[in-house]
Amino acid sequence: MNFAMRHLKFALMILLVTGLLQTLSAQVTIKGVIKDNKAKPVSGVSISIKDSYDGGTSDSTGKYSFKTTEKGEQLLVISSIGYKTIEQKVNLATGVVTIDVTIKEEISELTAVILSAGTFEASDRKKAAAVLDPIDIVTTASANGDITGALKTLPGAQQIGESEGLFVRGGTAAETKTFIDGTLVNNFFFSSVPNIAQFGRFSPFLFKGTVFSTGGYSALYGQALSSALILESIDLPEQSSANLGITVLSGSAGYQNLAKDKKSSWGFSYSYTDLSLAFAIIKQRQDFSKVPTTHNLDANFRIKTSKTGIIKYYGYFSSNKLAFTTNSIDSLGYLDKFAIGNKNSYHNLSWKENLGKGWKINTGISYSNNKDDVNSNMQNQSKQDVVLGNLEFKKFGVDTKGGYFNAKAVLEKRLKGLSAIRFGTEYNYGNDKSVYEAYNGQRFLDTIKGHINAVFGEADVYATNALAVKGGFRIEYSSLLNKTNIAPRFSVAYKLGKGSQASVAYGIFYQDPERRYLPSSVALNFMKATHYIVQYQKVANGQSFRTEIFYKKYDNLVKTGIVNFRNGAINNNGFGDAKGIEFFWRDKKTIKDLDYWISYSYLDTKRDFLNFPFAIAPNFAAKHTSSLVVKKFVQKIKTNVNFAYNYASGRPYYNIGFDGSNNKFTDQGTIPDFHNVSFALNYLPAIGKKNAKSFPVYVFQVSNVFNIKQTYGYNYSYNGYRKEAITPTSRVFVFIGAFISFGVDRSDEVINSAL
Amino acid sequence: MKKVFLFLFTTTLATATFSQSEKYVKAMEPKVAMLDTSNSADAWKDLGNTFERIAEAEKTQWAPFYYAAFCNVMAGTMSMPQDGSFGDNSAISDPYADKAEGLLNKAEAMSKDNSEIYCVRKMIHSLRMMGNAMARFMTEGAKATEALEKAKTLNANNPRIYILEGQDKFYTPEQFGGSKDEAKKLFEKANGIFMVSKPGNSIEPQWGRGQVGYLLSQLK
Repeated sequence: MNFAMRHLKFALMILLVTGLLQTLSAQVTIKGVIKDNKAKPVSGVSISIKDSYDGGTSDSTGKYSFKTTEKGEQLLVISSIGYKTIEQKVNLATGVVTIDVTIKEEISELTAVILSAGTFEASDRKKAAAVLDPIDIVTTASANGDITGALKTLPGAQQIGESEGLFVRGGTAAETKTFIDGTLVNNFFFSSVPNIAQFGRFSPFLFKGTVFSTGGYSALYGQALSSALILESIDLPEQSSANLGITVLSGSAGYQNLAKDKKSSWGFSYSYTDLSLAFAIIKQRQDFSKVPTTHNLDANFRIKTSKTGIIKYYGYFSSNKLAFTTNSIDSLGYLDKFAIGNKNSYHNLSWKENLGKGWKINTGISYSNNKDDVNSNMQNQSKQDVVLGNLEFKKFGVDTKGGYFNAKAVLEKRLKGLSAIRFGTEYNYGNDKSVYEAYNGQRFLDTIKGHINAVFGEADVYATNALAVKGGFRIEYSSLLNKTNIAPRFSVAYKLGKGSQASVAYGIFYQDPERRYLPSSVALNFMKATHYIVQYQKVANGQSFRTEIFYKKYDNLVKTGIVNFRNGAINNNGFGDAKGIEFFWRDKKTIKDLDYWISYSYLDTKRDFLNFPFAIAPNFAAKHTSSLVVKKFVQKIKTNVNFAYNYASGRPYYNIGFDGSNNKFTDQGTIPDFHNVSFALNYLPAIGKKNAKSFPVYVFQVSNVFNIKQTYGYNYSYNGYRKEAITPTSRVFVFIGAFISFGVDRSDEVINSAL
Repeated sequence: MKKVFLFLFTTTLATATFSQSEKYVKAMEPKVAMLDTSNSADAWKDLGNTFERIAEAEKTQWAPFYYAAFCNVMAGTMSMPQDGSFGDNSAISDPYADKAEGLLNKAEAMSKDNSEIYCVRKMIHSLRMMGNAMARFMTEGAKATEALEKAKTLNANNPRIYILEGQDKFYTPEQFGGSKDEAKKLFEKANGIFMVSKPGNSIEPQWGRGQVGYLLSQLK
């Protein structure tokens, strides 16, 4: 017993001594729980003692625990992807130290709320709410390889086929402006041809980012009452490559060279389009005496000036011609002839650079030159020019020459997190000359030169990841009006949950009256629009939904009448409004490898402008517009199958006549509903083939598959007694082409590129 | 005298750069061994955090930075939705890729022209590509291939090159150029190298042995 006791004592003593020794030399346990600011546990967080090996990682309940032999005052570092790193002092002595930590989400582009009211963004940037990819633009079946064609499947844009441009939320095409690398683009579309919508001049493959704003956009952009289309050009190509294309409409060839050090590149391409073959097969409504032909030449260079800086140049030259006759609506048995020749050049030079200390500069200049030569005539059945009594005015010629220079500079200073301030200046100069030659040889010369200067500033404030506010202003001076405006812009976005957010936007937008009404005999003011937008959006894995309600108020629209025997602006008293609701749903998830989107827009708008007798729903605004776009890649046959359906309810139409004292309707009604079904197949035989040297893409595309009669509106005879439906040039159109690229797989890129 | 000075200088420099303390090696060894057994995002994160702690404490060793980068790529890959859909999952992939890239750049600053580092760089680009395959196939996919080519020119006897190449062949549908046969050949090539090579030391990259065994068993 005694013996046992002694042993026990001894054992206890040993235990005590070793215990003491252990506490002296040994380890401290640090443990705790890591939570976020919503008190939810965070897993995978690293907790470490600075400059030592000791540390741990939190588990799924946020708990962590580790032992350390470090002593005294130490720095505990708590870090995790997506959270702000915290450093905390601890004093380590003995035993167990409990340290619970609350970590805050880092404000980052990936998780932060997005100021998205009014905008649709298609980009590869790291943004949670970009609903479209650049590739989406070109694989939309109804787009025909045209940027605006794809945008017309998004809510807010109208299905207008009789003239080019984006008609957004009750606005005219002139109320939408396009910007490439920040600077304004004049003549974005090919020159207008009566009753035939023209394509955009620029290939969608020039751009890596597309922002389509249907309202409430930033103070960096101006001179657009309704909408801004903001395009960002691509940087250096991935590799040198050459490409060839042959289609029923055109032939093209191009080359891109990337320098060995991958710091610069240059390239050019040429294409020739001739519609003879297509028109020989597919009957056209018009009788073409000069089938449309186009030469396009473009060239570019891009130079990296530093890790973050790049200089980009893009130059474009185009020359096209066409002439056709249609049966004259004014005089039975005679023909109306229209001919146009166009030459256009466009140059854009831009530079962006990070200047350090959070400063960034974005600057660009662009110059463009446009020359149109339009001839209108009447012809008899044997296609000889004739001048008929009372219809002499139908013979005329118009030569226009425009020179435009645009420059813009924006400085940005990044503040804490994503917050930033931006300010800068913009300059737009235009010089338009026109010569109108009447049937009797009398010539009328017109020259308009003018410039607009603007300064702007805006601030983005991200209070947290969940709340962002943007406020800005823009001041513009227009030399043609000799007036100055100041336009405030404001938007707020609030994150409601994972992937869902609500935002609102407000802004005032000014625009010069269209140049054809300038200079005017009466002093004109800026036209004005005020936007109010509320948006809800939810983006989850593979699915996105958004809805917007908007109200837009128009003031100071231009009214026209007869001034000095010519149609001209008489005052600025026009007005109007537009309101509506829009939905967009995209789903890439539900059906495997099938991607589709549906958009719907409801629009209620009235306006009194131009020669309208009073406020009416304008002829370019359908109440209901909807699109369904479906894309599927069928792996087995290496084919992309694309389908699109576009719908618009019947738009109103009017014939407005002047009875000597008032503008009156001589006819009005509603055109039939519009339906269009397009279908496209892209066959990519080389996809995935190892060591393939060439990458062919074969395209087969049909527009208006079901041969549905489409009516865009009506043309009236001069006396107003006869009317004729405006329809597409042909009902069904079939496109077949082959594109081959050498050196680099640009299959996706090549699809539709020369359409 | 000058020579002696130079000799002293270079040897001090050499010991400062290349010496690996016993503590360092002891800390690294068990963790390096875990690289072939971890198989959940949380496990990879934990392991990555450990390597990062060692890296930041040591400051002059490329290996722990390299391993930390590797673990973050693996954690990212494991965090991706596993339903095989082509969606935009860049919000998941990119933070891991960014983190891994930052760590790998630090490793590269200490060990230039290292075939192993190019292998992980390839994996980072592949992870980014998986974030949005449709949109990034041409950019990130091409960069991944390029990094692997570079790894090959630096050391064609690195088995991990063939594991990565084989995995691409293994997981890619045949229509897109995948091939189980080619994958098998590549795994066998990697396995062959593993058979005959011995790591120079216990903490040199040697991951992949287990993976190759598993993948080859899948192909039987």
